[in-house]
Amino acid sequence: MAKTIVQEFTKGLWDEIPPFRLVLGLCPTLAVTKSVENGIGMGLATTFVIVGSNILVSMLRNIIPSKVRIACFIVVIATFVTVVELLMQAYTYPLFLTLGIFIPLIVVNCIVLGRAEAFAFKNPVLPSLADGLGIGIGFTLALGALGAVRELFGNGTLLGAQIMPASFQPFGFMVQAPGAFVCLGLMLCVMNVLGKK
Amino acid sequence: MDFILLAISCIFVNNILLAQYLGNCPFLGTSKKMDTAVGMAMAVVFVLVLAGIITWVTEYFLLRPLGLEFLRTIAFILVIAALVQFVEMFLKKSIPALYAGLGIFLPLITTNCAVMGVCLININEEYTFVTSLVTSISYAAGFGLALVLFAGVRERILLARVPKPLQDTSIGLVTAGMLALTFYAFKGMV
Repeated sequence: MAKTIVQEFTKGLWDEIPPFRLVLGLCPTLAVTKSVENGIGMGLATTFVIVGSNILVSMLRNIIPSKVRIACFIVVIATFVTVVELLMQAYTYPLFLTLGIFIPLIVVNCIVLGRAEAFAFKNPVLPSLADGLGIGIGFTLALGALGAVRELFGNGTLLGAQIMPASFQPFGFMVQAPGAFVCLGLMLCVMNVLGKK
Repeated sequence: MDFILLAISCIFVNNILLAQYLGNCPFLGTSKKMDTAVGMAMAVVFVLVLAGIITWVTEYFLLRPLGLEFLRTIAFILVIAALVQFVEMFLKKSIPALYAGLGIFLPLITTNCAVMGVCLININEEYTFVTSLVTSISYAAGFGLALVLFAGVRERILLARVPKPLQDTSIGLVTAGMLALTFYAFKGMV
């Protein structure tokens, strides 16, 4: 049992890491990864929602009638999104302002609904918790990595600290919308080279 | 005149897919064939305009008078989900041809962040009813335009020999980047 829980956790970190392996949740991935800090903040907020909704859906899985399950999932997810929205407004206000409408939009992030439907609705609480945590941390790492590449080339900084030498000409394309698409496309390519099952 | 400027800015300059990054999952998911792209674009135009109207009414006649703004996320997603369900039933009964045309794309729209995103933008920018109607229509038109253009490009890519690691989504994203670059040229126009 303990082994399977560890497996549920680790599969989110590599085998099924979103958005690279499961191409879901692209909108926040593209929009908020102008810097490492934004990417990780968004990732952590999403992790909180995935873990919360996975636990609750898994606890309620015998009560929710399967015909109206999607509507029930959406209510559960929307509740956690509201919680995270209010928490961020209270404690990390600058980040709340930068992420803007992408925080309420976690509610329509397919990753969250996908985990509730594909995993939490069929499994007990503990594996669901592990699954949610794994996928959430995987998502955070992916956003952080994409944010790091874009921040490094677009601004020459990493987490706000100057990394590139002063003579480095910032590659402004990377922090703009077109750069986001191209950068994510190339990272997907790198992930494919690194090995696909 | 203001409305024309606003419409142009929503369709081209702030294109919802390529400049605001909203609705990218269906953008990549349904753009492999022209038919599905057109179906999705039509379904989004239809639902987005209705959702824009109904969420505006919800916000100003229900949430604000009762002081329940903190429930906005939950209220909007429920309203949109109910609307999609209702539209689906209505079309099935009364306009079966359109229903068959939209097909599977209608239910998928509930989790399309373009719809929810535009509704939230309308509320955050404090637009009046007419203004939000104009923005909803033009954002939806911009979505359709970008999706159909992209599907056209992608159909051509199917004929090209793409290196193995770059295939499918990867080359799709790079192509989307190029398309975004062309739309980027509209910046500073309005």
